[in-house]
Amino acid sequence: MITEKDVEHIGSLACVDLTDQETELFAKQFNSILEYFKELDGVNTENVEPTYHVIGLTNVFREDVADESLPQEAALANTAKKEKGFIKGPRIV
Amino acid sequence: MDDEVIIGLEIHCQLNKLNSKLFCGCSTKHHEAEPNTHTCPVCLGLPGALPVINKKAVEYTIMVGLALNCQIAEHTQFYRKNYYYPDLPRGFQITQYDYPIAADGIITVDTDGHERTIRIRRVHMEEDPGRLVHQGSIETSKFVLVDYNRSGMPLIEVVTEPDLRSPKEARRFINKLRNILEYLDVFDGSLPGALRVDANISLRGGARAEVKNISSYKGVERALLFEISRQQNMKRRGVKVVQETRHYDDERNCTITLRSKEQAEEYRYFPEADLVPLSVSGWQHALKEKLPELPDAKRERFKGQYGISDNHAKVLTAEIRVANYYEYVASKIDPLLAATWVADYLKGELNYRDRDIRDAFGPDKMVYILQQFRSGVITDKGAVEVIRTLLDEGVSPNGEPRSEPQDVIRNKNLARVESDVTRTACAEVLKENVAAIADFRSGKAQALNYLVGMVMKKTRGRADPAEVNLLLRELLECT
Ligand SMILES: [Zn+2]
Repeated sequence: MITEKDVEHIGSLACVDLTDQETELFAKQFNSILEYFKELDGVNTENVEPTYHVIGLTNVFREDVADESLPQEAALANTAKKEKGFIKGPRIV
Repeated sequence: MDDEVIIGLEIHCQLNKLNSKLFCGCSTKHHEAEPNTHTCPVCLGLPGALPVINKKAVEYTIMVGLALNCQIAEHTQFYRKNYYYPDLPRGFQITQYDYPIAADGIITVDTDGHERTIRIRRVHMEEDPGRLVHQGSIETSKFVLVDYNRSGMPLIEVVTEPDLRSPKEARRFINKLRNILEYLDVFDGSLPGALRVDANISLRGGARAEVKNISSYKGVERALLFEISRQQNMKRRGVKVVQETRHYDDERNCTITLRSKEQAEEYRYFPEADLVPLSVSGWQHALKEKLPELPDAKRERFKGQYGISDNHAKVLTAEIRVANYYEYVASKIDPLLAATWVADYLKGELNYRDRDIRDAFGPDKMVYILQQFRSGVITDKGAVEVIRTLLDEGVSPNGEPRSEPQDVIRNKNLARVESDVTRTACAEVLKENVAAIADFRSGKAQALNYLVGMVMKKTRGRADPAEVNLLLRELLECT
């Protein structure tokens, strides 16, 4: 059972501000999704390995070769706040 | 002070010998570079960019696992660790969680006279976040400056069991780990930011604090000492230690609280679907063949091959560069003499100057100095003087030493004085120190030491003290 408090918590972990209406709506939606997935509880998965990956490939590598990087202007192109080649961010603590 | 201290470490080391980052082709050589000049869509976390893992980084990590006596996993894979911090452009770090590449290892650490075995819980691969520059301290800065050159640098994280019992032991463990990684040639510990440590510390029975952001070798011991006395003081005052994460401030040498248990980390790990799983345990046999001789094995070989003491063998094999330096010198001159001069004198002078053997002069010069000493051209004092002078002069901008040992011997007039000069100096000293002669004659043996010292001073250390001793006795007896 997902409560509105759980939704608020998940929202804060994801840095998303939710309105009261959204919190209420999402709690309902989460619960109906979980309800639907309960169907799986009826399946015996005793000897089934969890599926971590769906495409069945392993061991895809690149060689240790250095390529060219983006120029600084391109790296900073999407940021509004910059200073001396750095991206400026809010204080953290 | 009787509380048992329990320390576990998480040590992050950059595999900075690689050419390119962990999941993209950006160069790892950005230490002198302008900020944000070694980035691409992958390490900037731009939408749609696909990470592909660096094969050599996987090989290096397996080598580290083998060197730490770990089991190499049959199946290994990556996860997303979700959190928001300006150093992480995507909002998650690609790391490992379940199924680390290596686990269950051990290494031994020398602690005051005996060896202790420290268990390694796991070794895993992950990407380094970007670098944050704070204006002022982390507590007071109004904003941060972010440089993503470091973002995506290949890291290994080595996690120990809580087996360490003192800050000193923790420092020794970290030194040993650094030395092993340098033996493997996957890591250069002298580069800035190459190593960062998080430590879990508790007093037996109390809650544990996690101290993050210890980023220097010396900082480890200091941060742990600070945190232990903080916990002891709280205990003495009857205040309960709470489980929390603290940040180490290197400049002020203290730890400050970052977040307490209530805001415990919830990283919502889930498998990284952009990277396929790895099945690489089959590589370990070939990689085992490629492992170089490691410190413990080299120490035993040095004792057997060169007949040197365990203590010398330990000092000489701790760092690969010192071991190679010694072996060169020992191949040209008596290995026992070489051991004393490299382990005691050269290492001692380097430690005193807080310097690395890379900043010393080449081993060929050491051989020359020892040849001059052995053939009697310079005294042991003179040899030490040559070593000190060469170290203090340092190297010229093209990396060559500023002078040759023979220049120092000539310029500083270190060539040992001839016997007749010593004899004259002895006679002069006796003439000038009538009182000391009287003391000697009345049975005060230390008066002779004083006279020897005066002769050494007069010859500026270029006389052989044993010879001076004999000469003085001779002169005293016949006058
Ligand atoms: Zn990149």
